[in-house]
Amino acid sequence: MNLRALAALLMRDLRLAVRHGGESLMPLFFLFAVLILVPLGVGPGPNLLAAIAPGMIWVAALLASLLALENLFRPDHEDGSLEQWWLGHLPVTGLVMTRLFSHWLITGLPVILFAPLAAQMLYLPNQALGVLVLSLLIGTPILSLVGGLAAALTLGTNRGSVLLSILVFPLVVPVLIFATGAVSAVADGFSPRAHLGLLAALLVLALTLVPLAVTAALRLNIE
Amino acid sequence: MTSLLEARGVSFRRQGERIFTPLDITLETGSAVVVLGPNGCGKTTLLRLLAGILQASEGQLARHAPTAFLGHASALKGELNCRENLDFLRRFHGCPGISSSRALARTGLTGLGLRPARTLSAGQKRRLGLAGLLVSPRPIWLLDEPYASLDDAGGELVDELLDNHLAQGGCAALSTHQRMPVLATPAQALRVEPAAAEEPA
Repeated sequence: MNLRALAALLMRDLRLAVRHGGESLMPLFFLFAVLILVPLGVGPGPNLLAAIAPGMIWVAALLASLLALENLFRPDHEDGSLEQWWLGHLPVTGLVMTRLFSHWLITGLPVILFAPLAAQMLYLPNQALGVLVLSLLIGTPILSLVGGLAAALTLGTNRGSVLLSILVFPLVVPVLIFATGAVSAVADGFSPRAHLGLLAALLVLALTLVPLAVTAALRLNIE
Repeated sequence: MTSLLEARGVSFRRQGERIFTPLDITLETGSAVVVLGPNGCGKTTLLRLLAGILQASEGQLARHAPTAFLGHASALKGELNCRENLDFLRRFHGCPGISSSRALARTGLTGLGLRPARTLSAGQKRRLGLAGLLVSPRPIWLLDEPYASLDDAGGELVDELLDNHLAQGGCAALSTHQRMPVLATPAQALRVEPAAAEEPA
C-alpha cells in the first residue's frame, strides 16, 4: 500500500513535468546553450575545449538542477498537497525520496543522456567519456539531494531563490571538484578511482542523511 | 460505539503563544463535532492539529483510523484534469473507494472529468475536493469550512455526504461560519476560545 503511494506520486510528478513541456526541457536547453556559447567566447581550439569540457558539462548539469529547485516543493506547499503527506498513513521520508528522484529524472538524466554528444562537440578524448558519464551518474543525484534540502529549508521564505543558490553553491563545490577531477585525471592518463570513490562516498552520505533532514525541514515549514 | 479520535487537553503554541485554550475532543463512530468560534480563534489550527499536520504543544492526541483532511487549499493540481486529480488521490491514500467517475457524478460534476482543475469555479473546486474524500474513504473526516463558496445545493450535498459517512461508521469534525450542518444525528458543538481572552496582557 505504501509503495503504491510512492508510485502514484512519481507518476503524477512526471505527468506534471510533461504538461509543463518547455519548462521541463530547460536542463537540455541549458546544456546546449553552454556548449554553443562558451566556444564562441573562448575560441574553438580543440585542445582548449577538450581541457574545459568536463567543467562545462558539469556546470550545465549544476545549473539545470538549480533551475528546477524553486518548484520542487513550493507548488505543493501552496496548493495544500504537501500537508496531506502528514496525515499519518503515508511514509513521509519515502515521499521525499520519491520527489527527489523525480527531480533527478527531470534534471539529471537528460544531461547524462546527452553528455556523450556534448563530449563529442567539445573534442573530449574518447577514453574519458566513460568516466564523464560515470561521474554524472554518481554526482547528479547528489545535486538533487543537496538542492532538495536547500529547497525545503527556504520553503517558508517569500522568494527563496537567491537564498537557495547561496545555500546550494558551497555544498556542491566538492562534487564539482571531484567529478571534473576524475575526468581530467583519466584524460591525462591517470586512474580516476580516488576521485570517483570520494564522489561515491559523498553520494552515500547525502542519500543517508538528506531525506531525513528534508523531512524535518518540510515539517518545520508547514507549521 | 468505539472512539476513533481522542484528544485530551490539546493546544498549540505558535512562537510560545497559546492559540486557543486547551480542549478535549472525542470522535466516536457515527458522531460529528462542529467547531465554532470567531475569525482567528484557531479553528483551522485545531483541525490541522487533529489531522496530525501540526504537533500538539500540550495534551495528548490519539487517532485510531486513517484521516482525511480537507482544508482551504484543496490540494488539487490545476494542470491536471478532474479525473486525473481524483485517480491520483485514489491511489495515493491507499484505500480506494468508489471510482472517479462515480465520485464526480455524486458531487454534481458530471461531464467535467476532462476539464483542467484550474478552469473550475471556486464552488466546483470545493466539490472536487469533496469527491476526493469519496474516492479514498477514510473513517476520520476533518473538514475546514466545507460550506465555503458552495451554493445551497452544494451545502445540502455536504450534509448528505456527512450523513452517509456517519452511517457507515465514520466520524467527522468540521468548522463552519455560514451554515450549520443539518444531520440525521445532530452534531455536537464545540466552541474554540482564543487563549488571549483568558490571559489578558
